[in-house]
Amino acid sequence: MDAVKRYFRSPAAVVGLVLLLIVIVMAISASWIYPREPLALAGRPLIWPFSNPRFLLGTDNSGRDIAAQIFYGARISLLIGGVATAIAIAIGILIGAFAGYYGGWIDNILMRITEAFQTLPNFVLLLVLVAVFGSTLTTVTIAVGVVSWPAPARLTRAEFLSLRNREFVQAARTLGMRDIQLILREILPNALPPVIVYASVVMAVAILLESALAFLRLSDPNVASWGNLIGLGRDVLRVQWYVSAIPGVAILVTVLAVSLVGQGLNDALNPRLKGR
Amino acid sequence: MRILKLAGRRLAASIPTLVLILIGVFLLLQFAPGDTVDAMMAQMGGGDAATARELRRFYGLDLSIPMQLGNYLWRLIRFDLGFSSIYGKPVATVILERLPPTILLMTASLSFAFFFGLVFGVIAARSVNKWPDTVLSIAGLIFYATPSFWFGLMAIVVFSIYLQWLPAGGFEDIGAVQTGIWRTLDIARHLVLPTLTLGLIFLAIYLRIMRASMLEVLNLDYVRTARAKGLDETRVVTRHVLRNALLPMVTLIGLQAGTMLGGSVVVESVFSLPGLGRLAYESVIQRDLNTLLGIVFVSALLVILVNFVVDLIYARLDPRIAAEG
Amino acid sequence: MNEPFAAILTLERLSVRLPAGADRPHALSDVSLAIRANEILCVVGESGSGKSIMANAIMQLLPREVTIDGGRVMFEGRDLATASAAEMRNVRGAGIAMIFQEPMTALNPLRTIGDQIGEMFSIHTDLSRAAIRARMLALLEDVRIPDPEAAARAYPHELSGGQRQRAMIAMALALDPRVLIADEPTTALDVTTQAQILALIRDLQRRKKTAVLFITHDFGVVAEIADRVAVMQQGSIAEEGQAASVLNNPQHPYTRRLIAAVPPLTSPPARKLSEHAILTIDNVSKTYRSGGFLGRGSRVTLAVKNVSLRLPQGATLGIVGESGSGKSTLARCIVRLIDPDAGSIVLDGKDWAKMTREDVRRETRHIQMVFQDPFASLNPRRKAGDLVAQGPIVHGTPSAKAIADANELFALVGLDPSVSDRFPHEFSGGQRQRIALARALALHPEVLVADEAVSALDVSVQAQVLQLLAELRQRLGLSIVFITHDLRVAAQICDLVAVMKDGEVVEQGLAGEVFGRPRHPYTRALLDSIPGGDFAKRSAPPLPT
Repeated sequence: MDAVKRYFRSPAAVVGLVLLLIVIVMAISASWIYPREPLALAGRPLIWPFSNPRFLLGTDNSGRDIAAQIFYGARISLLIGGVATAIAIAIGILIGAFAGYYGGWIDNILMRITEAFQTLPNFVLLLVLVAVFGSTLTTVTIAVGVVSWPAPARLTRAEFLSLRNREFVQAARTLGMRDIQLILREILPNALPPVIVYASVVMAVAILLESALAFLRLSDPNVASWGNLIGLGRDVLRVQWYVSAIPGVAILVTVLAVSLVGQGLNDALNPRLKGR
Repeated sequence: MRILKLAGRRLAASIPTLVLILIGVFLLLQFAPGDTVDAMMAQMGGGDAATARELRRFYGLDLSIPMQLGNYLWRLIRFDLGFSSIYGKPVATVILERLPPTILLMTASLSFAFFFGLVFGVIAARSVNKWPDTVLSIAGLIFYATPSFWFGLMAIVVFSIYLQWLPAGGFEDIGAVQTGIWRTLDIARHLVLPTLTLGLIFLAIYLRIMRASMLEVLNLDYVRTARAKGLDETRVVTRHVLRNALLPMVTLIGLQAGTMLGGSVVVESVFSLPGLGRLAYESVIQRDLNTLLGIVFVSALLVILVNFVVDLIYARLDPRIAAEG
Repeated sequence: MNEPFAAILTLERLSVRLPAGADRPHALSDVSLAIRANEILCVVGESGSGKSIMANAIMQLLPREVTIDGGRVMFEGRDLATASAAEMRNVRGAGIAMIFQEPMTALNPLRTIGDQIGEMFSIHTDLSRAAIRARMLALLEDVRIPDPEAAARAYPHELSGGQRQRAMIAMALALDPRVLIADEPTTALDVTTQAQILALIRDLQRRKKTAVLFITHDFGVVAEIADRVAVMQQGSIAEEGQAASVLNNPQHPYTRRLIAAVPPLTSPPARKLSEHAILTIDNVSKTYRSGGFLGRGSRVTLAVKNVSLRLPQGATLGIVGESGSGKSTLARCIVRLIDPDAGSIVLDGKDWAKMTREDVRRETRHIQMVFQDPFASLNPRRKAGDLVAQGPIVHGTPSAKAIADANELFALVGLDPSVSDRFPHEFSGGQRQRIALARALALHPEVLVADEAVSALDVSVQAQVLQLLAELRQRLGLSIVFITHDLRVAAQICDLVAVMKDGEVVEQGLAGEVFGRPRHPYTRALLDSIPGGDFAKRSAPPLPT
């Protein structure tokens, strides 16, 4: 597996992987390290970080443990990021594959729809979806996924358009393969790598989108999410700015980790770009 | 002239897209719990069922959905976007009032992001794999991963609260009524932090794209020809590489227009700017669906307009496009 | 012949090292070569011989990881290998100029031709803008570009390939350099255009007495214009000398092998052909419509116009033409990768042109195709054995039997059955083309369509694959449609030949007739354009019939 070896040769990619693993570990170990409900009152409000050994990162306006919320928040971010990305990639691949392979009027219609989604600013559409369907965890996750599919669709379509006329696909056609066999067995395995790499970008954006929603108090208020905490901290920004600062760092680290891993994957799977 | 025809053709092709968006969002909003009249009555402090029925009939909300859609589109052509229950004014008026701050913010952020993204991208590409490139690339990655609203808040903490150099929000000083150059400077002062906040993520994106584009062009054959002619490296870059590497950047402006508009929602909320983005947020909170629909229309229109201008610029830069038409 | 002049550019034991992981440590090892004034020195070799690297090394245009680690490049008393960047900039363009293979990508697409040629003057001289413009137009006239004023205002994509190369030559010779390095400048051009450009280069060289270092892989080109020849193999010079003596009396075994591999233009004696036509193409047409808004202003291209051809059983029909002649489109119509707009294609009694997609899929086992690019025609993620067994499996053969058959086919095409478990990227171009052949033969077709099947291969490998095709033709009773742009290849293997231009068949008949006594002016022009004249028409051992 030289792709794996190539991945580990890049220091940035390794750092990204380590950071991502830390976040994943935080998410998994949350209920073990902080067994109590993270949104339950734990102590006096607005204790500064590192001043009380019981609350390493201090407490927020309502007296809830910030460190616990950070750990549980990792779950939310990874969950929403992962599921929304999966939804977006699945829809994107489906639409992009059919548009790219068949061309003609199918392509026209599908591209019009894609264009419609891309012309409308994705955050505005997100707002509309939240206005209509509410702010539970499920609806927010699906909404973020629905807003993110156009870019993977375009990418898949571009790959299919170029691969469709590649000689090995034409050769398979002359052997008598059916369309569906061509799509699934010849084209898709070759089209997938760039789309998979792009999934990291989609995930990064999904996490940022959800946290922005949460900051505006339009996401699910009953879960401990980093965006919620930042929004909360806005009220006490003048003095206790740490309430907003700490979860922001968590978001930054997670999105950075996802981006680095994605870039590392890209470089590992496209070795000719090395040395640039 | 051919360029105008080409771009005009793309513009005309966007009209079905616009209609599609409007129909889609209109139908979507039908699923929302409660409608304009409910919001109005909440504003008025309650009312009985008879009043509700009257209001519904007055606003044509008791008609069938296809009829309502038809009515809406018909009014749209005459630029009548309906009535805002929250502000008590026609939606078109409200939107027009809120448009200038958003346009200013977006123009400033785009210029900032584009210019510095270009400059830093060129520097990074020229010194690839050496320390300036590494520093810039890492900085770019970090800016890209930073949530804009969080950056805005931290900027407020540093620049407004601790250093007290810049105001923490608002569009201009409401207290003092200023005119002319002083007003402009005041607005500019208020826009520094928001511009920086909104522009930072896009700066990172433009930096990365410019760097990648430069590296790709530097490896193309005609650059080798230019060197074989005896050109020094600086002139190779300015005369042969820059303009060619700029093309993907220009395309990107069009692609990112929507994202930037979406980003302004958050930035305007953080800095309390009276712009279109914040209006969108307010309409969601207060369930003013008419205004929301109007904002959808105007946003889509803005994105289409930006793409039109981008098409013109691109065709001007790349002579191959006019030929393919 | 010219009198021996003094050497202008001398390579003294030049060595260029490659980065770790390349197929050999040095691209050039101890190369010594002298280029004299007023002569054309051709450096000929196959891909990977190091000839392009040599050109780039002289100009110090090597990629970052490739460096000169020994020897000198003497020009005008200076060693260019150790010259400073500023010194090199003075030499490039003014002292030594270079033209490249792909004129489309070698010119900046966003700047006009006049601009780019004028740049030569603005870099190296102090002339005024008016003076530069006058000189630039004079240069364009020198290289015989039609309408120099319009060409100067044009962008690269608005000119044809030949015109672009003329513009590049004009640019290179702008400052009357003492040496012109030409790196495969005609390889990407049509045969007729190639002939014109070669004539132009030779003419300009005689007039300006420039020394020309001409790099090529084609011995025909060597025969056409070279005064002296150097043959390169794996980074060193195998043989060097006057063109006439090297071509007619090669000493080094490698040179002999290369020259023997060049297909001559005389075809072997005609074979007896069957009466029964296995494939009949009747009035086939294909039109492309592009662009246009709501149907107005669209461009209509008649890619194939009323083509009628006949392939007797067991024979080989060659379809020759330059790019844009429609031969590839016709080939794809025959196997129904593209649907023809009109006409009939009758194979074994069934009209292919009118079959439904379902029927085509079923019947496709009777006619198979081998493609041009051996690197693109094999799915990089499938093993060789799977690729060959794919076809029969799709048509119902159990996979164990299909794989066993595949191994037999590998032996048939001259490959070891162990290749079955390896991936395409592990093979050379020639080996991949054999795998592609095996794949095409797996369905036991009656007709094989070879679309430029040997064009992307080195000359020596080409000869081997052609040999293989001839053997298979005899053993399996195959009928072959052989599409190519290279008349010398067609002369080797085809019984019948059809010449295509702009979508139409302008001449067809027995190979010997068409090549020996061409009737259509285009055919004659095509034959005259083959570089090397008499060298190309010499006889060689015939392929098995």
